Amino acid sequence: MAITILIPTPLRQFTDGKSEVSVEGGNVGEALNALTAEYSDLRKHLYTEQDVLRNFINVYLGDEDIRYLDGAETSVADGETITIVPSIAGGNIAAEARSSDDLPELTTEEYQRYSRHLILPEVGLEGQRKLKNARVLTIGTGGLGSPLGLYLAAAGIGTLGIVDFDIVDQSNLQRQIIHGTNDVGRPKIASARDRLNDMNPNVKIEAYETMLTSANALELFREFDVIVDGTDNFQTRYLVNDAAVLTGKPNVYGSIFRFEGQASVFWAEKGACYRCLYPEPPPPGLVPSCAEGGVLGVLPGIVGTIQANEVLKIILGADGILLDRLLLFDAWTMKFRELKLRKNPDCDLCGENATIHELIDYDAFCGIDLPAEIPAIEEITAAELKSRLDGGEDIQIIDVREPHEFEIAKIPDAKLIPLGEVAGRSDEIDPNRLTVMHCKGGVRSAKAIEALRGRGFAGRLINLKGGIAAWSDEVDPSMPKY
Amino acid sequence: MLILAKRHLEEIKRHAEADYPHECGGLLLGHLAAEQSKTVIETFPMENTAAVETRSNRVLIDPRALMLADRQAREKGLDVIGYYHSHPDDEAVPSQFDLDHALPFWSYIIVSVRGKKAVDWNSWEMENDRSKFNLESADIV
Repeated sequence: MAITILIPTPLRQFTDGKSEVSVEGGNVGEALNALTAEYSDLRKHLYTEQDVLRNFINVYLGDEDIRYLDGAETSVADGETITIVPSIAGGNIAAEARSSDDLPELTTEEYQRYSRHLILPEVGLEGQRKLKNARVLTIGTGGLGSPLGLYLAAAGIGTLGIVDFDIVDQSNLQRQIIHGTNDVGRPKIASARDRLNDMNPNVKIEAYETMLTSANALELFREFDVIVDGTDNFQTRYLVNDAAVLTGKPNVYGSIFRFEGQASVFWAEKGACYRCLYPEPPPPGLVPSCAEGGVLGVLPGIVGTIQANEVLKIILGADGILLDRLLLFDAWTMKFRELKLRKNPDCDLCGENATIHELIDYDAFCGIDLPAEIPAIEEITAAELKSRLDGGEDIQIIDVREPHEFEIAKIPDAKLIPLGEVAGRSDEIDPNRLTVMHCKGGVRSAKAIEALRGRGFAGRLINLKGGIAAWSDEVDPSMPKY
Repeated sequence: MLILAKRHLEEIKRHAEADYPHECGGLLLGHLAAEQSKTVIETFPMENTAAVETRSNRVLIDPRALMLADRQAREKGLDVIGYYHSHPDDEAVPSQFDLDHALPFWSYIIVSVRGKKAVDWNSWEMENDRSKFNLESADIV
């Protein structure tokens, strides 16, 4: 007696036309090894160069998929039948190039710019054209998003989508190297776009100044080929994972905390997703954020560049992407470790009997209470302020920028109290007069108003919408903008 | 070379149009003949089990359903000789994804459906070294 292996038609040319082959072996792996030892040409169609079973080759022992038994270790008795079933999958992606004819050409400038890529056989002209053809979406332009964006732009990704809604803060600069000191107070998305355009003007930047939510994620993800998660909280991480699985996109994951980083490629069509690894988020508060726990500034640089590396490999069709592998990095001991991941057949999202078919409320899922409404800050436009001043109204104007900015441009009669000194010098602001606070763009002055309110300042405080930049636009075009 | 009847082609087109704007997929069952030619005896529509969101550009067939279909075909003395799928609003040309999931020898019929109308089709065969697909000539009898 022996084990019978049923051969699908396409592979019979490698088994001398036989539709069934008898082999000996104690388990499925041994039986398949015996088969491919006898018919060696068969092996490359069943196994990858890394010697793992190709992801579209299914192996059944009797009626059972061996993935749900013990895989290659599943023991086989004499007389049993193993069936090789090639998965059937197909797809068209508009962005996916069918042949090199459909890929965009490089310009003369691009040939020079990418010459170190072009001479690598693994990239070459066709690979560089694939990169130019690709659309990559990075979520966040912070610690991970900075090196990601910079390296992807430098590498010549054709279209780079960036999503962020935050404002550049002084405390970001220690690691978020896409933003500079002059960008403090600017929307991160604007600062990142400028830097990326400067890095490589050939790259089309699609900037989305919005928070990624269950309402917009699917629509956004559908427009891109690869999604890169550069976020720092569990709600967004699950949202990114779920939306990537539901739209069939690879999700290049990275996370950082203190000295430790993680990276992986989650791609449900080819392997595990984030929920296969972590079906549920940790209880809120258990894992502190970078803001609470701190992070070594270089760490996101290392993890983010690993993510950028995997993005390029996915687009180039390289073997050995971080699929089904969780890379763990400790910057303090300078050690890399790797865990093997497995697609969970019972995963709620990408398993056989998935229960999640749409995006959910991720704040609730992660046990996050929404913050109480921040009391609204009263605002005035530059044009209205000008007309009220012209009308003779008594308004004191407080400029909370730095002295060097004040030197560049100032609104007439404005008093300079830099943001850092506002709280300590509140007695210089007359609570009995109407006060308009302003800065360059309106963010620092809003913080100043919050700080004054927090100290119990009694007077009426109004924020100048759009700051002195808006004054230049709406009132006095001769005022220099910087 | 693939030999099929006009009725098989119509069945495939009907399936593709009915499932538009989603992709559809199914099997070609038949016989192998001399000189690598394949004759279709039956088409066998399968359910697209890709995530709903991705069905307009992906087709995935449940491997267990495939295994059972393959077994049924063998019992009837037929073989799976190829597979068809549709490309809604796209050309009847294989994608890289198709190539990544292909095997040699099988016929891969791709139907282009535009606005619920099957407008074009081709049959393809993958090169043995997995490098590309070649157009396969088809005889409609």
